[in-house]
Amino acid sequence: MRFVPCGDAALAVQFDELPSASLARRIAALRERLASDLAAGVIESIPGLASLTVLFDPEGTSPEAVERLVLRCLASAHAPAGDTRRWRIPVCYEGELAPDIEDVAAACGLSASGVVAAHSAREYVVYLLGFSPGFPYMGDLDPRLALPRRANPRPQVPRGSVAIATTHTAIYPQSTAGGWHLIGATPVTLFAATATRPALLSPADTVIFEPVTRETFDTLAREFAAGRKLAPE
Amino acid sequence: MTAEALIVKAGIATTVQDLGRVGYRACGVPHSGALDPLSLKLVNRVVGNPAGTGVLEMLYSGIVLEARGGAIRVALGGSEATIETSSGVTLRNVPRWQSTLVHAGERLRVGPIVDAAAAYLAFEGGFAIAPVLGSLSTYLRGELGGWRGRALRSGDVLPLARDALERTEQRLAEAPSVAMPRTLRVQAGPHLERFGRNALATFLERDYMVTPASDRSGLRLEGARLDHAQGYDLPSEGVVPGSIQVPGSGQPVLLVADHPTVGGYPRIATIISADLAAAGRLRIGASVRFSRVDAEEAARARDEAHAAYTRIADSLRSGRSHDTEVYPDFPP
Repeated sequence: MRFVPCGDAALAVQFDELPSASLARRIAALRERLASDLAAGVIESIPGLASLTVLFDPEGTSPEAVERLVLRCLASAHAPAGDTRRWRIPVCYEGELAPDIEDVAAACGLSASGVVAAHSAREYVVYLLGFSPGFPYMGDLDPRLALPRRANPRPQVPRGSVAIATTHTAIYPQSTAGGWHLIGATPVTLFAATATRPALLSPADTVIFEPVTRETFDTLAREFAAGRKLAPE
Repeated sequence: MTAEALIVKAGIATTVQDLGRVGYRACGVPHSGALDPLSLKLVNRVVGNPAGTGVLEMLYSGIVLEARGGAIRVALGGSEATIETSSGVTLRNVPRWQSTLVHAGERLRVGPIVDAAAAYLAFEGGFAIAPVLGSLSTYLRGELGGWRGRALRSGDVLPLARDALERTEQRLAEAPSVAMPRTLRVQAGPHLERFGRNALATFLERDYMVTPASDRSGLRLEGARLDHAQGYDLPSEGVVPGSIQVPGSGQPVLLVADHPTVGGYPRIATIISADLAAAGRLRIGASVRFSRVDAEEAARARDEAHAAYTRIADSLRSGRSHDTEVYPDFPP
């Protein structure tokens, strides 16, 4: 672990290990400790794949004091046992909801149903939320599904698209530009700015994708559009 | 009926902004807020608002608005304006950093913004708009906050918290210097080891131009190419405003208000906090240089910026700076 200054008002706590469920839990626990410590001058912190970036007010504290605080929190921050949640997220992998699934299948030497089986067989860890509000970077994919990003990003990826790229899978909470391969879609609402907890998922949560038919997708889509919230297991 | 501001002409990119959204970066919500927070704080001061009250940020072009249902008091930072009758007859000029009353039925015309990217229009009492996630700032890409999550359009009617009070106008006796910077100060890193041996020296020696691909999330710069040492893909890491990241093209991007909360490109340097507001003033086409400072110099620069802000904020005086110009063709 090392501290790397990012200008005069932030520092990154970088961990010298590969992203994993256990690292994600330690980073989430450190973030919670920093947030609950009410330390003067710490503004907020942002989980990365193998880091936590801590933003502070340089008038209210110093990088040295923040480093000491992080070390103290690390010493006492054990992974919260029951705090991470497990989600079952319905995904329809069919037709127009899965515009890239045939290309992905061809590139990976699988059938479309083989892609669905490989994608829905694993329990993924939410490493971080970024790129856009509530956008979860989850991993790790079955190595057979590992592909680079699309050469040409789409200007408009439909909201709810379930996507893969490199070793990660994700869901687009909003309609945004995006360069990942779209292999399905979920009707679940991932981000609602009016909620007290705006993002459905949190770093270190785990996610299982459950294949559903188009009919089920449409029924669920109406329920979520009417305000239904997905509950964790 | 409480006063409202009818947006007659919305301008190119006019949004509601305050000092930004804090506490939601971990769920991917950017900070947003004014590109030039110093100007935002000072225009609020002139109309008697708390420093972080929501204002209109206007990029490149001004706006035309009409007071409805009551008088509104405004102040401009970064640009000049005129007050007109609704039929277009000029009544008086409105210098920057001075409050002025726009009576019901009168129009305020803010001219093009010429000496920086952004200008700010504060309203006494602020807007009657509900904050989203603790802030009035508009995050355009996320369609979140501000006025319906978007830039203003002609025909929008913004509700104000109250009518203007009856009182004398106020002005800043010392006008802040809010011209575009020629030089921005940076601290090196955090990813210096990911660049070629000469990359930092090149970055600090050469001019970089702000390209038209820039927006409220990043100023895309063009200049001498900065070479990476070991590829340009990093594990995604939380990033902060003022980060200068270098994607595969070797051309740096200076992250500003609406930048995504995480990034996977190496960052060669970070603008010091004292110069962040100045970075937000850079216009497309402007040329800028970067100079390196250490942590001590960054701290000194913060103290100086703080002292200058306090001095300027304390220069608030009652009364106008020049006589109000009333044109002879004032309508009967």
